[in-house]
Amino acid sequence: MSVRHALLALLTEGPKIGLRLREEFEERTGEVWPLNVGQVYTTLQRLERDGLIESNSDDNDSPHKDYRITGEGRQEVENWLRTPPSAIPPRDDLVIKVLVAVGVPGVDLPAVLQTHRRRLVELMQTYTRMKEDALDDVRIALVVDAELFRLDALMRWLDAADVRMRSMGEAAAVSSASTPSVVTRRSIKVVG
Amino acid sequence: MTGIALEGVFKTYGSNANEVHALHNVDLVVAPGELVAVMGASGSGKSTLLTIAGTLEDATQGTVRINGRPVADMSKNERARLRRQSIGYVFQDLNLLAGLTAVENVSLPLELDGVRFKDARRDAMVALERMGMEGRADRFPDQLSGGERQRVAVARSVVGQRDVLLADEPTGALDSVNGEGVMRLLRAACQDGVAGMVVTHDAQLASWAHRVVFLRDGRVVDQTVSAPGVESLLAGDGLP
Repeated sequence: MSVRHALLALLTEGPKIGLRLREEFEERTGEVWPLNVGQVYTTLQRLERDGLIESNSDDNDSPHKDYRITGEGRQEVENWLRTPPSAIPPRDDLVIKVLVAVGVPGVDLPAVLQTHRRRLVELMQTYTRMKEDALDDVRIALVVDAELFRLDALMRWLDAADVRMRSMGEAAAVSSASTPSVVTRRSIKVVG
Repeated sequence: MTGIALEGVFKTYGSNANEVHALHNVDLVVAPGELVAVMGASGSGKSTLLTIAGTLEDATQGTVRINGRPVADMSKNERARLRRQSIGYVFQDLNLLAGLTAVENVSLPLELDGVRFKDARRDAMVALERMGMEGRADRFPDQLSGGERQRVAVARSVVGQRDVLLADEPTGALDSVNGEGVMRLLRAACQDGVAGMVVTHDAQLASWAHRVVFLRDGRVVDQTVSAPGVESLLAGDGLP
């Protein structure tokens, strides 16, 4: 989540003070990502240093300091909105856990998968309730949708993992003679 | 006990060496006011569970009660009446009759049950209104969009005094936002006192249910406990 760019985007609507920016950020993102005040001011100082915003006072401690976006800042927002997200797969705890579990002797893999499945659905229920309660707030619906699709992708992955491991288990039971894997291992770079 | 109650339900197809256990010792209660989603992979037994709960098929063993009455004790006619009067179904392919308008499709189950034409029409209009479809009542299915047809099918499933609602992948091929609309309606219908069961492999749809039950190889292996509140997300401990 780029707080830097989100704050910059909020300033395209007109000059604002730091506290208001924080409030608006939280409001617009459905209050899913809380921000602390320090984070807001550090980010604003960096934006100012980089010439993307300017303020009406040199006093960094003044809570009434108004920030306004510069021409360069507007250009930055334009570019950011159109830049695709990173293509490098994010590191996902759940994926790592399941991959590790495959190699741990004595682990009941289907039970591990089911535990995660249940937890994911419970989370999805919580998000769905948010959407149900916020019928006419399109921003909350969008934030919640994004999270629901992400969790849904993990659910599908767990389902696929289950079916895949089950059919591999059945194949192994039919022929105990193991054939060497022809798949070449390829490392995937992981961020984080 | 009203609603749906399955107790020690087995369903076996074939015999001896060819026996397939579609359901294995399933216990499941769906109370009025509750929407329960049943999730499971293909072949997990979820559609079988729905047809047994809907009295369209018999359990090999175990008890199925609808509104407190064991289905096994009912005659063929009593079951047919139960299906006509108490149970609403929404299937993936909707089964709307192409030669009937929306309101005729919705009032048909009532008319078949002997309700007077005028009363059936009035109840059908009420059901369509609840789905926001009163303005489309005189359209034929092929004059409606996919989402509208789905709404008509849901209206038909809740028309009259139905207190059990069964749905098999009810959002069909709808996009996610329209599919969500159908789930909102099913959830709202249940909150009005209907016992609802929906089978689906789609976790986003299932998350509209009050409770999600997981089926694997014909057995109930797990179910959700009440979903954590929104505060858990804000506290930062909700994300996996």
